[in-house]
Amino acid sequence: MTILLPGTLTDAYRMLSDDPDVTPVAGGTDLFAHWPENRVKQSTTYLDLSGLAELRSMRWTKSELVLGALTTYWDVVTDARVAAEFPNLVTAARQVGAVQIQARGTWAGNIVNASPAADGVPVLLAYDATVRLGSRDGVEDIPLDEFYLDYKKMRRRPDQLVTEIRIPRRTYQRAWFEKVGPRKSQAITKVGVAVTVAGETWRIAANSVAPTVCRCPALERYCAAVAGAKGQPLTSPSDLLPAIRSDVSPIDDIRSTAEYREQVLARILFHALNDAGV
Amino acid sequence: MKRREAIDKLTGREAYIDDIAIAGVWWGCTVRSAVPRGRIRDIRFGAEIDWSEFVVVDHRDLPGPNQVAMIENDQPVLASDRVRHIHEAVLLLAHPDRDRLREARRAIHIEIDEEPAIFDYRVPPPADTVQHGGDNVFKRVRIDKGDVDAALVAADHVVEGVYETGAQEHVYLENQGMVGYVEDGVVTVKGSMQCPYYIHAALRHALARADNEVRVIQAATGGGFGGKEDYPSVLALHAALLALKAERPVKILYDRDEDMAATTKRHPARVRHRTGVTSQGRIVAQDIEVLLDGGAYVTLSPVVLSRGVIHASGPYHCDNVRVEGRAVLTNAVPFGAFRGFGAPQTIFACERHMDVIADELGMCPLGLRRKNLIQDGQSTSTGQVIRDGTDRIEILDRAVRDAEFHQREAADRAFNSTHPYLRRATGIATFYHGAGFTGAGETYLDSRAQVVGLATGEVEIRTANVEMGQGALTTFVKIVAEKLAVEPDRIRVAEVDTFHVPNSGPTVASRTSMIVGRLLERGCDALCATLGGDWTGDKFERELLRWHAEHPGQELIAEVRYEPPPGVEWDDERYEGSAYGTFAWATYAAHVEVDLRTFGVRLLDFVAVQDVGTVLDEVLAAGQVQGGVVQGVGWALMEECQFVDGAMANHNLTNYSIPSSDDVPPVRVVFYETPYAHGAQGAKGIGELPMDGAAPAIVNAVARATGARPAVVPLTPEVLMRVMGSA
Ligand SMILES: Cc1cc2nc3c(=O)[nH]c(=O)nc-3n(C[C@H](O)[C@H](O)[C@H](O)COP(=O)(O)OP(=O)(O)OC[C@H]3O[C@@H](n4cnc5c(N)ncnc54)[C@H](O)[C@@H]3O)c2cc1C
Repeated sequence: MTILLPGTLTDAYRMLSDDPDVTPVAGGTDLFAHWPENRVKQSTTYLDLSGLAELRSMRWTKSELVLGALTTYWDVVTDARVAAEFPNLVTAARQVGAVQIQARGTWAGNIVNASPAADGVPVLLAYDATVRLGSRDGVEDIPLDEFYLDYKKMRRRPDQLVTEIRIPRRTYQRAWFEKVGPRKSQAITKVGVAVTVAGETWRIAANSVAPTVCRCPALERYCAAVAGAKGQPLTSPSDLLPAIRSDVSPIDDIRSTAEYREQVLARILFHALNDAGV
Repeated sequence: MKRREAIDKLTGREAYIDDIAIAGVWWGCTVRSAVPRGRIRDIRFGAEIDWSEFVVVDHRDLPGPNQVAMIENDQPVLASDRVRHIHEAVLLLAHPDRDRLREARRAIHIEIDEEPAIFDYRVPPPADTVQHGGDNVFKRVRIDKGDVDAALVAADHVVEGVYETGAQEHVYLENQGMVGYVEDGVVTVKGSMQCPYYIHAALRHALARADNEVRVIQAATGGGFGGKEDYPSVLALHAALLALKAERPVKILYDRDEDMAATTKRHPARVRHRTGVTSQGRIVAQDIEVLLDGGAYVTLSPVVLSRGVIHASGPYHCDNVRVEGRAVLTNAVPFGAFRGFGAPQTIFACERHMDVIADELGMCPLGLRRKNLIQDGQSTSTGQVIRDGTDRIEILDRAVRDAEFHQREAADRAFNSTHPYLRRATGIATFYHGAGFTGAGETYLDSRAQVVGLATGEVEIRTANVEMGQGALTTFVKIVAEKLAVEPDRIRVAEVDTFHVPNSGPTVASRTSMIVGRLLERGCDALCATLGGDWTGDKFERELLRWHAEHPGQELIAEVRYEPPPGVEWDDERYEGSAYGTFAWATYAAHVEVDLRTFGVRLLDFVAVQDVGTVLDEVLAAGQVQGGVVQGVGWALMEECQFVDGAMANHNLTNYSIPSSDDVPPVRVVFYETPYAHGAQGAKGIGELPMDGAAPAIVNAVARATGARPAVVPLTPEVLMRVMGSA
């Protein structure tokens, strides 16, 4: 095993383009979860990002909240301004693992690990976040919504690093995130959903119900229509099922069943909409 | 009194087997079958590995019979020509480097011609899957009291039900681990264990060695729950075989994945009830069928079945009881001992069924139980007359009062009628647990313990019973300190080492404090008798010092043997008589909230009332109850072993969830203390009891909250969704 310790982002880019087999490490909470049993199966050259000051910052511009690639869940949990403006980030962060994982795990790592069950991704999606990728060849911004291609496949070349996650600042009337797991904390999501409402615009993103965390456009349209009194009022969770079925494709796996995921997604949304008087 | 090993544990000084450095040690690992049943055709060793660096052990290296000595010696130490389950051990490897060992394990290919296997214990085995006797039945047990058939015909109502319970993983904090070495010709193993003398017997048998040629030493043990009752015999044999062949110490440590995949679990069970009741709610007939999945080898299934069958009819009096029990073979990784030992399975069924009966009769579940609870002078299903002075109705009523059952019922009704998706209710379970070995088991064990008067004026306790987190060390010291009225720091506890401690039996079956503790009290008496009087305190120490002054260089050992309490008789053929010396009694109440969006169940409150005889240590006893309840919560709601071809697919803590502290409310513990004349200071067993009551109390609460009739644990949200027919 080799660990590369770049001093600057430029060093890091060079190391990545020199050797396409190098694996970046941020918090290491995904990469080293099955250590050491999986060691032989994994790349043995790691690029340690933790020393790169350029990736550390979390900052606000007039129009965006910018999470540097090393921003952890804990950075977000402890920031009152984030809680006020982007409450879903805090709600999700507090439900990732326990404090130890929240303190080490990064939002960028959550995105690139590309688990369908990732809890950071749906809330970022519902806030219309953009991923900034950097490499020796320059930077590239990709909307998170277009980042994933398929299960664990994404629009990131091996020589690219996520440098920033950029979240546009908007006024939201509503934002909530619901995570359903096998127990109350320290749990892997069986089904999760993040919702934001800004004016007439609905964003709904769900995790653990498709090969990637995904936006749910049919549900978004359906909810916007119901809320705008343009559609039929909701009478039961099953009203939402057609839209759910067109948006997501849950499966039976070791953690739950397709049927459960679909039903629970419908029920959570239904009651949330009811609570909100929609 | 402070817990003996508390500081060592808190500061990390306590040395578990993983922490104990041994000069020249090699690492051992196990190569296992990947198929559930078949004939081993070939074993190929990959050319990429230099095998001369490794020690390789197979079945031919066994000096004695290739059998793990247990109830029936049917389990091989290492598979020779056939395998009966996935993860069955075939080869052992040792090497100084753990990474190389892992690589080598991957380079071995065991080729097996598969044979038809059976995985569903509930169906009759097709002929080509019969592997034990003529029918795959490991053990049959039957209880017959009165005339069940006639009573069922005469009953006003007959209520039927079928209940199923799943396997459960122990999740002790410390994985299994053992080191083997040969010292002065003695094969020695040291590691994590509950039953040193079981291992001793297993080593003697399969290594064909005399008593004094094998030695077993317990290292600090991080939890057992039954998981370190039978399995460590297998692991100890593996470590010993490698050490013998490598001619150096070899340590085997399982990581969590291997531990969860390859070691035992709680037996899955199905229990059928057919109960005759009068219109007033008097139970007149209980017809019960108990079926256990034993897995691929007999291991402890017969005795697990026995305890399950005896507890199946619950703490109720009924003149006509029939219980038919069977434990059957499947090609699953063998099931084994787990806290409660068959009783949680049958008590779940019985207590869930009591609520169903109450429903059918339109009765209050409390009233139904009050009417049928055993009263002094009445008898259990085996005809054991209970006359222990315990007020079982008061235990029930106390739980009802503390859980505010009636007040909450009204409040919950109002809440449930207005809340869009949350539903609340309280459920209860009344139950009992027999302490110590079943039937004549304690007599067969013939336990011995020693209390030794040292020349320093201190006293040493010598037993084979282990501290594994439950506080046995502290309890033993307390029992002896109080008996002799000396300070606890004047009492030592000998390391559990078969060269130095007598066989006081295994640390299982809620027997340690009650039975071995009582032996220690008698040991104190015997010691004092040698010293010529009923000495206590300073006087005792002076007399002890005087004895040593008069007998220089001699040891003063008082050894006592178990004697069955008078009137305890058991007929193992007819399953009649005193199944246990005594029972602990309890009522648990769970207040739950069901979320109809997610079908998740949240516990709001839990009250645990029990009579366990004299409470020897309030903190440790409450800890046993709280821990047992939490384990029960896991079993009831989330701990689901998912089997594929008889092996656990989710054999890791990522996909097997146990309750976190967020999932459990404070467990409110209440003790009643009706002393038991033959237990230390009047104590009865406590360790297993709390495992029995949580699941039925919780599932009864869910049933009351939702109006559904769940009959299965674990009642995961997915299962509850199906039960509620909402899908
Ligand atoms: C006990 C435990 C509990 C957990 N609970 C949760 C949970 O509840 N919810 C949840 O969503 N996740 C959970 N996780 C998973 C994990 O903690 C998160 O996904 C976390 O966000 C990963 O971040 P990290 O910085 O540790 O990533 P790492 O492990 O360092 O990396 C993960 C992946 O991202 C890549 N990577 C990291 N940073 C960059 C970058 N800047 N550019 C390019 N590639 C990069 C790595 O190469 C790797 O492929 C848990 C993990 C553990 C061990």
